[in-house]
Amino acid sequence: MSVNNTQVKHIAQLANIPITEEESIELADDFSETLQVVDQLKKADVSKVEVTHQVTGFKNVFREDIVKEEQSFTQKEALANAHKTYQGYFVVPYVLQNKDN
Amino acid sequence: MKLNELTLKESIDALDKKEVTLEEIYSDLDTAYQKKNKELNIYLSVDTDALKKAKENQDKPLRGLPIAVKDNFCTKGLPTTASSKVLDGFLPQYESTVTKRLKANGGVIYGKTNMDAWAHGSSTETSDYGRTLNPRNPKHLPGGSSGGSAAAIAADLAIAAIGSETAGSIRQPAAWCGAVGLKPTYGRVSRFGVVAMASSTDSPGPITKTVEDACILLNTFAGPDEKDGTSNQEKAPDFTNFLGQSIKGMKIGVIYQDVKEITETNQKLLQELNILKEMGAQVEIAKAMDPHQAIGVYTVVQRAEVSSNLARYDGIRYGHDRSKFGNEGKRRIMLGTFTLTKGYADRYYNLAQKVRTLYLNNFKELFKKYDVLVSPTSPSFAKEVGASASSPMFGELEDMLLEASSIVGLPGAGVPFYRDEKTNLYLGANFIAPMWREDLVIKVADAFEKNSKWNSWRNK
Repeated sequence: MSVNNTQVKHIAQLANIPITEEESIELADDFSETLQVVDQLKKADVSKVEVTHQVTGFKNVFREDIVKEEQSFTQKEALANAHKTYQGYFVVPYVLQNKDN
Repeated sequence: MKLNELTLKESIDALDKKEVTLEEIYSDLDTAYQKKNKELNIYLSVDTDALKKAKENQDKPLRGLPIAVKDNFCTKGLPTTASSKVLDGFLPQYESTVTKRLKANGGVIYGKTNMDAWAHGSSTETSDYGRTLNPRNPKHLPGGSSGGSAAAIAADLAIAAIGSETAGSIRQPAAWCGAVGLKPTYGRVSRFGVVAMASSTDSPGPITKTVEDACILLNTFAGPDEKDGTSNQEKAPDFTNFLGQSIKGMKIGVIYQDVKEITETNQKLLQELNILKEMGAQVEIAKAMDPHQAIGVYTVVQRAEVSSNLARYDGIRYGHDRSKFGNEGKRRIMLGTFTLTKGYADRYYNLAQKVRTLYLNNFKELFKKYDVLVSPTSPSFAKEVGASASSPMFGELEDMLLEASSIVGLPGAGVPFYRDEKTNLYLGANFIAPMWREDLVIKVADAFEKNSKWNSWRNK
């Protein structure tokens, strides 16, 4: 199938990827080319098979629910790579904004 | 001969016999690094304390020897970028299981190697830090995504190296660089601390000068890890036990001989495989499911897993925001998002996972008849610089012969089987076996390597 750049812009929004108008046009072409290859899958007869999501066959892998200090970050370590911090917290962008602002 | 040209095994032996010192090995390596790294762009960062660390580890199995590590392994205190500007300046606060075990066994990280950004590609051209060149012929690409690690081996800028693979990223660059690449069974090596790409196929593994070196290195980091729920809880074998074994009577099926695009490569391989016959193995052409559809399966599954794995990069806790993704990253995240969207999930994602089952069943059938299967690793010699821009599917087409076995988790070993005298470029053969049967691929790849003339370290 082919994809147009309006669809691409919608996907970009879902994926939270900022793209320019020009990029959306190029990406639409790339997507169409890729999906053409992918569409070969339709030739396969999958009427008798189930999906395979993982191949190890391991089931229900659990561990004890114990906090391990050596595997946990200190506050300092957790914040070490953040660009903006405030009094020991991460600073995040606004999600909701006050109408008056 | 310079000491950085030694194999891992030779280095360990020479150190034990006190014929060389760590200082001498590091000195030769540093000289080679100064001479070649700028042109080839292999290392993104190096540890200036490597020799000091080496001396503290000389009694351990890896003797403090310098190992190149792909830049998608989190290394505490050493920058880790996965070659993406999104992670520019990121200093991990924890260590990946692979590098933790490597260090515990006396391996020293000499530096972190360039790769396709996020491991998205087969050229190392999509790195946000510039492409790596193939040391065998710098007009050509090293392959990828572990191109920096493979190039480090080919240029003797490390004694051994570590890469990671989802479908080709260890073996294809190893083939293009005339090195050895071993992709363990999915689940044999912990993924903990590796920048996640496609979680259902990610497999860390060695890129080395010989099959023997690959086994020595793999021994240090394979095996169960409670931090990775998909790791096999059974203890890993001593992989060096499978070296130097007889392959008499083993049944080896040659697959993909019917793939039209690779007739020339196929013919060369078939001729070289006579070596295995001479050693008493049965070699015959086997019919496997068409690998072209595996491109579709891998493309859909990998993009889908990429889109969810890379959703975590928001620039808040670490790294930069999502505007820093390069073209390939954007393309893959968005295609994955698309194929998982309501309405398309059945048409693409679920269909791909069903075709994956067809491949699984096909390999099961083939392994009833054969111990090991073999094909070329890559359709052709290393492509020229700039080639990856030709198609958004460049990587998938270059990895076509590895995708089917990778999506079903099989182990594989790639070794050189041909060298073109004019270009000095190599072709690689890929041996695969059932899940958890690294023993079989090691046996055959080691026998082939030792009895053919193509390994440049064994045949100086």
